[in-house]
Amino acid sequence: MEVNEQIAVDHGLKKEEYKKICDLLKRVPNLTELGIFSAMWNEHCSYKSSRLHLKKLPTSGKKVIQGPGENAGVIDIEDGDAIVFKIESHNHPSFIEPYQGAATGVGGIMRDVFTMGARPIANLNSIHFGSSQHKKTKNLLRGVVHGIGGYGNCMGVPTIAGQTSFDSSYNGNILVNAMTLGLVKKNKIFYSKATGLNKPVIYVGSKTGRDGIHGASMASASFDEKIEEKKPTVQVGDPFTEKLLLEACLELMAGDSIIAIQDMGAAGLTSSSIEMASKGNLGIELNLNKVPCRESKMTPYEIMLSESQERMLIVLENGKEDIAKKIFDKWDLDFAVIGKTTNSKNIELIYDEKQVANIPINTLVENSPMYDRKWKKTKLPKKNLIKKEEFKKFKIKEVLGKILSNPNVCSKEWIWQQYDHTVMGDTIQKPGGDSGVVRVHGTDKAVAATVDSSAIYCWAHPLTGGKQVVCESWRNLISVGATPIAITNCLNFGSPEKEENMGEFVECVEGIGEACEYLKFPVVSGNVSFYNQTKEIGIKPTPSIGGVGLIKNYKQMITMDFKEINNRVLIIGKTEGHIDQSLFARNILNEKNGPPPEINLFNEKNNGETVLQLIKGNLVRSAHDVSVGGIITAVSKMCIKGNIGIEFDKPKYFMSEIEYLFSEDQGRYIIEIEPKNLKKVESILNKNSVHFDKFGKITDKNMIINGKTKVTIDELKAYNTNWLSNYMN
Amino acid sequence: MKSAVITFPGSNCDRDMHIALNKFGFKNKIVWHNDNELPKSDLVVLPGGFSYGDYLRCGSMASKSAIMQSVINFAKSGGLVMGICNGFQILVESGLVPGVLLRNKYLEFICKNVFVKIDNKDNPYFKNLDKEIFEFHIAHNEGNYFCTNDQLKEIEDNNQVAIYYCNKNGKTEEKFNPNGSVKNIAGIFNKEKNVLGMMPHPERMIDQSLSGEDGSLFFKNLINNIK
Repeated sequence: MEVNEQIAVDHGLKKEEYKKICDLLKRVPNLTELGIFSAMWNEHCSYKSSRLHLKKLPTSGKKVIQGPGENAGVIDIEDGDAIVFKIESHNHPSFIEPYQGAATGVGGIMRDVFTMGARPIANLNSIHFGSSQHKKTKNLLRGVVHGIGGYGNCMGVPTIAGQTSFDSSYNGNILVNAMTLGLVKKNKIFYSKATGLNKPVIYVGSKTGRDGIHGASMASASFDEKIEEKKPTVQVGDPFTEKLLLEACLELMAGDSIIAIQDMGAAGLTSSSIEMASKGNLGIELNLNKVPCRESKMTPYEIMLSESQERMLIVLENGKEDIAKKIFDKWDLDFAVIGKTTNSKNIELIYDEKQVANIPINTLVENSPMYDRKWKKTKLPKKNLIKKEEFKKFKIKEVLGKILSNPNVCSKEWIWQQYDHTVMGDTIQKPGGDSGVVRVHGTDKAVAATVDSSAIYCWAHPLTGGKQVVCESWRNLISVGATPIAITNCLNFGSPEKEENMGEFVECVEGIGEACEYLKFPVVSGNVSFYNQTKEIGIKPTPSIGGVGLIKNYKQMITMDFKEINNRVLIIGKTEGHIDQSLFARNILNEKNGPPPEINLFNEKNNGETVLQLIKGNLVRSAHDVSVGGIITAVSKMCIKGNIGIEFDKPKYFMSEIEYLFSEDQGRYIIEIEPKNLKKVESILNKNSVHFDKFGKITDKNMIINGKTKVTIDELKAYNTNWLSNYMN
Repeated sequence: MKSAVITFPGSNCDRDMHIALNKFGFKNKIVWHNDNELPKSDLVVLPGGFSYGDYLRCGSMASKSAIMQSVINFAKSGGLVMGICNGFQILVESGLVPGVLLRNKYLEFICKNVFVKIDNKDNPYFKNLDKEIFEFHIAHNEGNYFCTNDQLKEIEDNNQVAIYYCNKNGKTEEKFNPNGSVKNIAGIFNKEKNVLGMMPHPERMIDQSLSGEDGSLFFKNLINNIK
């Protein structure tokens, strides 16, 4: 088939991009070459709309071993240990085929981590669905949860934390973001940079099939009514093979055979071979007849663009082929030498003894398009003026019942009980806490991880929202006693070709960058997912932030359950009564306008560091950050988990009870202190100029507010625990 | 005391079991499924996981592994063989214990703590345990124990039920059954009681920072019984 402009457009390329390809090659590409360009130049692989802005994120720091640009980021957790981690989206495939889409999302991110030599030790996920009333939501949720569990459980990696939200903006485009943490010795990290000429390039893992062809291009376009036709672009996962691949790769990595290794993720063999060669400033030659194929008569085009899962490409040291083959044979995996590194700086493909493609690698990578898209700034919305009398008509208990059973607040146990969260025997904080925590096997250390997003705040004001979600991640780590180290981000947005959506992206990234810089909480890996929209309706901007922190002595880990009667409860951070964009405003007042709560990075840092100081001084018995739903929601969860009550009075502020209890001001924590330590704690807080409220004390089994409203723990549990399981059954 | 944990392709609790056995005094060896001979052992454990991806019936492919002939011979000669979770499924598929394991009644994977009752103590596994109700951890998709009425009668006549799901007071009613198992059965012996298959994972409950410590009681007692 002769390639022409129309064929290029059908591959998702723009006319001017096609012209650029012809100019760079100084000829018309053949179909295989065009396929390769379309795979490398799509938004998913090239970051053409986002690169310019991502450059502004802080990516280095004392603890950063590897920032963005590799398969995953790497941070130092001392004693020669390092954590490899990354989050990635699998939104489009999961909407088309929820089980396989979610499963292969989990498989893909685990491969990114063990490609670097790390054994995966924890999985997390952030999943977002349309309104609970929408006809597709239930099936999508069930499919995604089964898919995540199906893959992660089989791999034997615990799923330790996550986040689930419902919002009608995801009706036509759900989000599935999967995150993995792996543990590696600092001196045994593997990278994707190929070095040396004439080194054997080997293919290991599953065979290549016709599944997932053009998956990355599909993920770079919006949905329309023909979505069902896109099912063949979704990959099919095989967690069993991935488990074998993991063990085989780690076995090979224990020796010194590997020069470079790269998993075949988006754009399969194309991007893996090109990335390895590009990083090493080398050429690569592949004989496609040598590629193990599932089906006969696959064309070079299909072989290069297949996104079959559970495959790896490795550049080996000369003479190590036999050692490597023996290991992959032991694990019943395919192994084939399919090519070699060259000095041509081109990718050259041979099929049936003919050259079927020959492209200079720099045209695919360095010369890929980069756009400075037009974008529109979002003004800070005006505050709503809500009359004080307005609040008086609400009964606290009634409102609390509605908030605790809200789909975005209620317990997600129905979900995480379907994930194996205890395999590997090191999970010391299970899902449902502020962060999941796993011990670093055989040591006193533990690693905490959390994944967060706040689409409502980001939608209302992207700059503030971007800052807020980083701060929330930081708080969730501190609340379990972990020192925050770094983040990974998954940036889910609508079309970059629309000024509003591009503006949301630019300003969220700016907010993220500002908060990361201030908190010394760098971004070490991530992924951008644009075109999350069906027809013209885009999702709310949803950057998901995966935060990782270290607990030096795991016995100092903190959980949120209230521990002991008569202990005192303090609220750290100032309550201003910010109601706009709170769950209360949106769901009870039905008011959707107004600015999100303000972020004060100085207070955020100071409050957080002080809470951590108290925890490290063994002065805190339980802690929880205040987020969606305000103080009373946070306190309710602490009561439910501890199966114990609390008595409290609203401090003498110039605001109503409702404003105090349901407002969503930032930078706040709730901590439980033993009476004997109260003076000491207060003096540390005062010394650090941290605002705090003496809030209440722990009692046996009721929540008593201002001596008049009484809610039993059983009532709180009923509000909070039943919604999701009732909905799904 | 020597023990052996078999690693099948897709096993994923082999390391956890290895650690637990060593922690409580066993000298454990990990044995590859393709080996033909078991090392000299006082206890052989088939660990949890997804052997061969559980793509056929759970445990059925693994039950045909090279090592299994040696495990079956060891069991038939009176050796102690314990199968946990996927290991239990392999025991069932090998015919070493009666019955089958079906998909959970609510068709979902379940990972949580459950209470179990152990009152059958005339055997090397539970002899000398000084309590009956334990908090154990389960994590499975196919733990719904099923057998024919005739088999059930035989199992009960021979006192082969090892463990029941129950509540914290030891009540073994249907509502405390997480997966739909016949008679709340969580674990079962062969007739001679040297082979034990069970769904709960004691190896995940071996220190207070984890889901609990009842697994420690089980392992400590087990090694003392074998000594």
